[in-house]
Amino acid sequence: MTVTPGWYMALAAVLFVIGASGLLLRRNALVMFMSVELMLNAANLSFVAAGRELGILDGQVAVFFVMVVAAAEVVVGLAIIVTVFRRRATASVDELSGLKG
Amino acid sequence: MEAGEVMVSLLILLPLGGSALLLAFGRRLGQPGAGLLGTLTVGAGFVLAVVAGWGFVAGTGEALEVPWFDWLPALGVRAGLLWDPLSALMAMVVTGVGALIHVYSIGYMRGDPRFGRFFAYMNLFVASMLILVLADGFALLFVGWELVGLCSYLLISFWFERPSAAAAGKKAFVVNRVGDAGFLVALMLVFASFGSLRYADVFSQAPSELTTGSATAITLLLLVGAVGKSAQFPLYVWLPDAMEGPTPVSALIHAATMVTAGVFMVARTGALFELAPASAAVVAVVGMGTALYAATIAVAQHDVKRVLAYSTISQLGYMFAAVGAGAYVAGMFHLTTHAFFKALLFLGAGAVIHALAGEQDMRRMGGLWRRLPVTTATMVVAWLAISGIPPFSGFWSKDEILATIFERGGLWRVIWGLGLLTALITAFYMTRMIYLTFFGERRWPEQAHPHEAPWVMGLPLAVLAVLALGGGMLNTPWRLGLEHFLEPAFHGVPIATAGPGFTQVVLAIVSAEVAVAGILLAVAAYRRGLRPAEEEPAWDLVRRGYGVDEAYARVFAAGGGAAARLVAGPVDQKGIDGLVNGVGVLVRTIGERLRPLQTGFVRNYGLSILVGAVALLAWFLSRGGW
Repeated sequence: MTVTPGWYMALAAVLFVIGASGLLLRRNALVMFMSVELMLNAANLSFVAAGRELGILDGQVAVFFVMVVAAAEVVVGLAIIVTVFRRRATASVDELSGLKG
Repeated sequence: MEAGEVMVSLLILLPLGGSALLLAFGRRLGQPGAGLLGTLTVGAGFVLAVVAGWGFVAGTGEALEVPWFDWLPALGVRAGLLWDPLSALMAMVVTGVGALIHVYSIGYMRGDPRFGRFFAYMNLFVASMLILVLADGFALLFVGWELVGLCSYLLISFWFERPSAAAAGKKAFVVNRVGDAGFLVALMLVFASFGSLRYADVFSQAPSELTTGSATAITLLLLVGAVGKSAQFPLYVWLPDAMEGPTPVSALIHAATMVTAGVFMVARTGALFELAPASAAVVAVVGMGTALYAATIAVAQHDVKRVLAYSTISQLGYMFAAVGAGAYVAGMFHLTTHAFFKALLFLGAGAVIHALAGEQDMRRMGGLWRRLPVTTATMVVAWLAISGIPPFSGFWSKDEILATIFERGGLWRVIWGLGLLTALITAFYMTRMIYLTFFGERRWPEQAHPHEAPWVMGLPLAVLAVLALGGGMLNTPWRLGLEHFLEPAFHGVPIATAGPGFTQVVLAIVSAEVAVAGILLAVAAYRRGLRPAEEEPAWDLVRRGYGVDEAYARVFAAGGGAAARLVAGPVDQKGIDGLVNGVGVLVRTIGERLRPLQTGFVRNYGLSILVGAVALLAWFLSRGGW
């Protein structure tokens, strides 16, 4: 059995769904953050797979961009989470609903 | 600039500058400093007017055009002054009588907290009137025209703490605006017809450019303006109420400035009225009708100043009748003599009011001649002058008007008859006023202690009395001084004059007899003091001006008020405000509805993003990619 690009896509889809479910179901901000990373990497995987299949570099270039942006986002996001934890002594997003309309 | 141009320009700039100075430093100048400054600028203006106008008197003067500056280059309008015998006569009357009234005001307004402000307005009034009479075209004339309206508003409501004074000022302004609207349309027609607003261009082209129809339209609209400014029927209602102002203001409005503007304007535009005989006839009919109408109202007044106010309306009617009949010189002559004796009457009435500490009701006067000998003597001169007793000034001018109208024959004889009747009534009501004020029994309380006015008020009375006595010598049938003086100003526009000697003598005797008859009738009627009959409803109706004022109040003022309330209430508050508020409420309601969407839970946002992304994806896939 050979590994066709379809399998990569399926894996990416599964990873994405796990990430999305984690984002929607978990309360801990840190875990939600990890879920977001998982979704990003699922997308990256589909990019690379599609790039290889089509024989062009565009997919890999897109992945580099995503990684750079994700790195920057992690810095900011983690800083926010740490600051919130220091002030509120909690990382549960359900308790951080001050923007409720 | 040569000397003449400088003098004519200074004539306006002096009172204008005086007004500016008084507005800025009036309070610091104090009393009587501010009054002295105001008097000096107007007095200096009179000296300038006499010096600059001396050439016309001597018969060597040439009309002078003083270009000022390009004003509205797009319309080719240039601001400039015209110095000719007509404007010179008006300038002398305005500054001469104005200066005397200023002197008087120093005494009359003593102790008023806004002394300086008063003289600032008075100076501005004189300056505005000078702009009006010295303008070399309709454009600048209109500036003066509006400025005198503004000044009358400021001065009539000078004691604005009194609601009645504030209302009277407003009324004068609004009624004048009605006339001004007609005047403005006339100016537009003039510009449309000639492409210029300068008198010189308009009058020289008028005979060739203007059809009788358009000349009639222009002159009738000019008449609307004149009727408003000169308080003729039906726009006279503001003048009696204008008595709310300080008495010197009444004297200034009635004698020197403001109300004479309409007569002057008709005389100035005589070249146009010449082309529209129908309009000229309308002017005469309106004038004489107003003269008779106002005279009858004057008979019933209790307030000494309101007698004089209706008397002014009536006398202005004479002037309108004169200029309507083409008797421009007679009209201007009566304007001049009227300025003398009406200023005197008002200042004298002011002295009486001053003596009785503000009392204006003739029912509480009487027998004042013992306490106020100087005032009484001067008032008697003015009374004889306005009644038309020879040789007082009013006789000459009024007689010239009546004789000229008689001379035109035909239906003009009817107008002459009305004029004669008006002369009878004039003599009657003036005698009634003098009798009830100065003679007969005493009807004021002893503690009133009436006293003669100080000399600053007495002196102008004396000077004006001399003028009211001798002013007729300006233009007697055997020495037509004023006629020769004014003739060059009319550039060949025919001036109607009185007929040959014999008719004139007969007419003069008739009008003098009529005046004497009026006086005798009044003496007979009021010999025993007040007539109780005057308290009856019929007299009251006449006293209220036949209810015309109330009718205006009911129709125009109430209608305007209802319209204003409609606009302020339903239209503005409900309609326009409602629209604005409605937009606010709409946005607010939508916001309230959408608010619950913001739960504050991150996962809800995440879910909606996901759902959105899936929906987009599904849409793309359903279309088979992009």
